[in-house]
Amino acid sequence: MLLGLWQLGSATGLIPQDVLPAPSLIAGAGVELVRTGELADALRVSGVRVIEGLLLGGVVGVILGTAVGLSRWAEATVDPPMQMLRALPHLGLIPLFILWFGIGELPKVLLVALGVSFPLYLNTFSAIRQVDPKLFETAQVLGFSFWQRFRIIIAPCTAPQVLVGLRQAMAIAWLTLIVAEQINADKGIGFLINNARDFLRIDVIIVGLIVYAMMGIGTDAIVRVLERRALRYRP
Amino acid sequence: MTVTFRGGDANHVAAQSDTDVVGALSGVNKWYGEHHALVDVSVRVARGEIVALVGRSGSGKSTVLRVLAGLSTDHTGERTVAGAPALAFQEPRLFPWRDVRTNVAYGLTRLRVPKAEAARRAAVALAAVGLADRAKAWPLTLSGGQAQRVSLARALVGEPELLLLDEPFGALDALTRLSMRALLLELWRAHRFGVLLVTHDVDEAVALADRVLVLEAGRVVHTLDITDTRRSSADPSPNTERYRAELLDKLGVRI
Repeated sequence: MLLGLWQLGSATGLIPQDVLPAPSLIAGAGVELVRTGELADALRVSGVRVIEGLLLGGVVGVILGTAVGLSRWAEATVDPPMQMLRALPHLGLIPLFILWFGIGELPKVLLVALGVSFPLYLNTFSAIRQVDPKLFETAQVLGFSFWQRFRIIIAPCTAPQVLVGLRQAMAIAWLTLIVAEQINADKGIGFLINNARDFLRIDVIIVGLIVYAMMGIGTDAIVRVLERRALRYRP
Repeated sequence: MTVTFRGGDANHVAAQSDTDVVGALSGVNKWYGEHHALVDVSVRVARGEIVALVGRSGSGKSTVLRVLAGLSTDHTGERTVAGAPALAFQEPRLFPWRDVRTNVAYGLTRLRVPKAEAARRAAVALAAVGLADRAKAWPLTLSGGQAQRVSLARALVGEPELLLLDEPFGALDALTRLSMRALLLELWRAHRFGVLLVTHDVDEAVALADRVLVLEAGRVVHTLDITDTRRSSADPSPNTERYRAELLDKLGVRI
């Protein structure tokens, strides 16, 4: 319906084509990008950046959150600097990261990792602190080793909240990537969009934005599936 | 209902001496800060004996159990237990993200039983508490009584010589509580483990125990031997009323 009105508005000249092209033109641009393989290349590059950043930041965030959740000593030493770092807007670090790490893949991946690590760190930390102490007492009675405590109590008990952290982290990962790719990139979806701006291809810009949105929705759906699995024991 | 944990091996406990002590505290003291929680407490549980510990809230009953279970380290006095005692709490304390049979198999952790063997023994223990058909169920789908039976199966699957029970039926409704008592006695008759039962329910103590200790402000103030117990709600001891009255009197309840 909305698309129909949009197409109609474009055809009758109500919507100026240099501001918002008709849906048919955007779809055509999309098909063109897919056909030339440009979109697949850009998607692969951006996807690798997000995945690498998520893995790096996720592992660091979860490990630090676990350590701080389990040990008062780690809380005293790790938490204050983490809270200070968290107060910095990580997107504001882009100029610094360019000077430090150049304009290759490294600064983009690191920026994603930095943004991703905080929600995972905070959620892991607070999830571990909320584990029922009675479960640990039961583990002591049963004679669990540390590894068994981790596998049978900590991991399943904290999984739902860590996954909430992962959803927040996914959103931050894509947001960070969009900003980082707008500023300096020679490939990826951000580059596609920036390049299109130079050639006044609004249709291509919109295709790029739609791709970003779809990636965000897609990764969120994956985490929702994981969440359902982590909570399957609930009646 | 079968009550053996290892098929055909039900008599291996009875072959041993009946007077062996499976759990004992001698002259145990414990402080919580300024609070003298246990004062020279001595308790003995022999193999095949059920000892009940009654007292008001805060009298130190659960502390006695925690010391015997090895959950307390900062007490003075002597603690003797045969093997690793099993402990069942007032709440079932199952791991909700593991199925029922896996929860029961965790009772074998200390024995380092291979996984397949542990699963088999867990299934047998579940059958013994009448829940063979719920082996694959999630704990949160069980009723309160069923969950407590799983907890009992987890405690008994390792064939402990000493079973410690911390008000195990306290959270159950009256009818379920009666059938749990019967189940406990049935398992106890088959395996003859020693039991230390902490409860505030005088009727439960009289119905189950060979001996009842009354705890008050961290001291054992009275011991009642129940020699003529029939241990069946259908056929109670003729002296039940007298035992009840004696315990209630020692607990300071006027009726």
